[in-house]
Amino acid sequence: MDTTTVFLVVILLSVISFYVGRRRSHAVSAGQGGVKTLHSLPKHYGYMAALWALLPALLVLVLWMAFENGILKNLVVAQLPANVQAMPPSEQGLYYNQIVSYARGSIDADQLDKPQVIAAQSYSALVASAGRIKALLVFLVAAIGALLALRRVHPLLRARNHVESIFKWILFSCSFLAVLTTLGIVLSVLFEAIRFFQTIPLQDFLLGLEWSPQMAIRADQVAASGSFGFVPLLVGTLLISLVAMIIAVPVGLMSAIYLSEYASRRFRAVTKPVLEILAGVPTVVYGFFAALTVAPFIRNLGESVGLNVASESALAAGLVMGIMIIPFVMSLSDDIINAVPDTMREASLGMGATMNETIRKVLLPAALPGIVGGILLAVSRAIGETMIVVMAAGLSANLTINPLEAVTTITVQIVTLLVGDQEFDSPKTLAAFALGLVLFFVTLLLNIIALYVVRKYREQYE
Amino acid sequence: MNKPNAYKNSAAIQASLKKRYARERRFQWYGRLAVLTGFIFLFILLFDIISKGAPAFTQQYIKVSVDLTDFELQSDASQEQLFRADYMSVIKSSLREMFPEVSGRKPKKQLYRLLSAGAEYDLRDKVMDDPRLIGKTTDIWLRAHSESGSYLKGQVTGDTPESERKVKDQQMVWLDQLRQEGRTESRFNIAFFTQGDSREPEMAGIKVALYGSFFTLLVTFAIAFPIGVFAAIYLEEFAPRNRITDLIEININNLAAVPSIVFGLLGLAVFINFFELPRSAPLVGGIVLSLMTLPTIIITSRAAIQSVSPSIREAALGVGASKLQTVFHHVLPVAMPGILTGSIIGMAQALGESAPLLMIGMVAFIMDAPAGVTDPATVLPVQIFLWADSPERGFTEKTSAAIMVLMGFLIVMNALAVYLRKRFELK
Repeated sequence: MDTTTVFLVVILLSVISFYVGRRRSHAVSAGQGGVKTLHSLPKHYGYMAALWALLPALLVLVLWMAFENGILKNLVVAQLPANVQAMPPSEQGLYYNQIVSYARGSIDADQLDKPQVIAAQSYSALVASAGRIKALLVFLVAAIGALLALRRVHPLLRARNHVESIFKWILFSCSFLAVLTTLGIVLSVLFEAIRFFQTIPLQDFLLGLEWSPQMAIRADQVAASGSFGFVPLLVGTLLISLVAMIIAVPVGLMSAIYLSEYASRRFRAVTKPVLEILAGVPTVVYGFFAALTVAPFIRNLGESVGLNVASESALAAGLVMGIMIIPFVMSLSDDIINAVPDTMREASLGMGATMNETIRKVLLPAALPGIVGGILLAVSRAIGETMIVVMAAGLSANLTINPLEAVTTITVQIVTLLVGDQEFDSPKTLAAFALGLVLFFVTLLLNIIALYVVRKYREQYE
Repeated sequence: MNKPNAYKNSAAIQASLKKRYARERRFQWYGRLAVLTGFIFLFILLFDIISKGAPAFTQQYIKVSVDLTDFELQSDASQEQLFRADYMSVIKSSLREMFPEVSGRKPKKQLYRLLSAGAEYDLRDKVMDDPRLIGKTTDIWLRAHSESGSYLKGQVTGDTPESERKVKDQQMVWLDQLRQEGRTESRFNIAFFTQGDSREPEMAGIKVALYGSFFTLLVTFAIAFPIGVFAAIYLEEFAPRNRITDLIEININNLAAVPSIVFGLLGLAVFINFFELPRSAPLVGGIVLSLMTLPTIIITSRAAIQSVSPSIREAALGVGASKLQTVFHHVLPVAMPGILTGSIIGMAQALGESAPLLMIGMVAFIMDAPAGVTDPATVLPVQIFLWADSPERGFTEKTSAAIMVLMGFLIVMNALAVYLRKRFELK
């Protein structure tokens, strides 16, 4: 039985348990003066039975799914000839994958050797019996859960409180998922990154000036190890982010100042949503725009004044990224400028300062920490942005600070290393996770600093 | 009345005032300029996409008098036989009959290239609908090749040197002749919505991507909405002030700012390599996107729950409802429009997202629409990414058109969110 069917049957079982539980509450109270003698409403007894049937069964199902493949693999591999069992784990994995794909009918028998065909048959048999055992086990757990709950139905049973405390745990686990997600991110990138640093020393990664992850397939080939120097990627990322900030910060900040201090209410009501459309445009659209419109335009412009501009220049990617970030900077600065108390404005205007003097000498200095925090958030957005640079920035690492040349970024490298066919254990693939780790911590750090600065600033005026 | 002239340094004051006012005006103009810059960028972006994409919604057809007199089958052939018959050679010989002067390998090849590779299927469908066509010569509209299409649409003209365009001079002469005879026509391109990906621009459509996006969003919503709302309820109504709650809140705020590609790495490492869920499937894509949109949904749902008036809670508690009953029977229905607004915005984000999906292999070339959440699929933004990589002119057009469709969906979703928010504010 496949998982979907098992899942649906469990749901069905729990619905049935609800009705049985509710009816049973009627039944146990019937001899003692009717429903009124029950502690809780009849439906709470139903809910209780349903939850007792559902939750343990789902837990068993999830655990089964998590461990099924590993156990199957061990069982199948144990039957294989000794020479296969002596293989290194990665080769054995490939060998095993062939067995599985043959058993699923996606490849033909002539691509396999004989033990594999036999193993595939035993694999199919195992899968079939595993499916049966899984279904039986899950249904059994559901039935036992429901029966236990039904046995406990009694007029004095505090079913509502029971159901509600289960529900509170469900609510809690939903919010705890955020912690698990962070943990999952950290662990998944950390483990692969540690494996990467076992082959490539940390200092070579952090201080290396050359990035060319092409690894030789066999160890005896010339240039067997690619170089994994992180510096050019960092410089490229920062260069593109800098260009983006040069566009986004003045435009976003001035727009926010104008809209919050000068513009009429109606102008503001129309303008702000229109500019925020820029924030809702998918990044892949910006990438297309950068690669097919802006980059050729800048290249032609450069040629016409005699400059040699790369067709994947950092300038094009940065410019378009800047456009994307304008509304982000705008709404952050808008919030922060509005948080400056009106008394400060009025005091300054009352002293005879013009509006622009008030803004430059009173509002901006007061709002500066908040604005810096907002800009840091925008920088972290720019560093983590992927699609624009994948489509419009270069692929080869180039240590330069000239925005007219092609540079590559951390995110571009993650995508190019992981998209397409990959063997999972090569340093090339693991390098992507090391880059992911760096990216995660850099953006995390920027965000923590930015949120701290912004919060401190807000508290100042509350 | 005051006479400012009475002050002894009034001239200096006047001069400085003039300067200060000039600076004030300049400053205001900087502000207007900044707003205008934003507008100009938006306009250029939209104009660029729409002007490039609009032609993709039309498809050029050429009326060919198809000669089925020597067809390999008779009109009593079964549908199966008709399906398998060779229509390409019929089309080729019909084209040769229409332009008898063409001779030689290369010119003939150019002649055949007037029509799309899909013309074969157009003819097959026509014949299968009406087998009586066999044995006769009939005028039938067949799909034009994307390159001859772009000439007919006027995107390519004879002004460009022949070496720089795909449509050759000879083909232009034929197309002009066909146009004069009224044998060309422009129709709405239905195939764009009913076909999957293809190597030929004029046969490529977004059907698979639409299905994939639908299934992915379905999974995303099914996971992110209940979990997000439950988490928001817990944090707003039940969470005690302690370290665990602080930890959860810090995590939610940080997850909201984690780059989307990192979620892709998580999906690759955990769901594909550890749990061995199928690659390229909407199931994994949906799970990853739901983790990504959870913070958005939680944060907006919390705001919506917070804004429910405490009097409603107190009234419910006062008449004896339990805390949970208060929340589910009274607070949640009032907060629902706000929660839905946030969820729709989260879904719109998920619909436009592509970077994490690249990591989990939703970049395959897929021609058949997925039938469920575990079939290989691609989504609209990734389809755009794939087409944007193709150098053919026809694909640039398709990419822009797919972007228009994607933006159309986003506009509808955001408009719905704004509408809900407006209704919510009235209450």
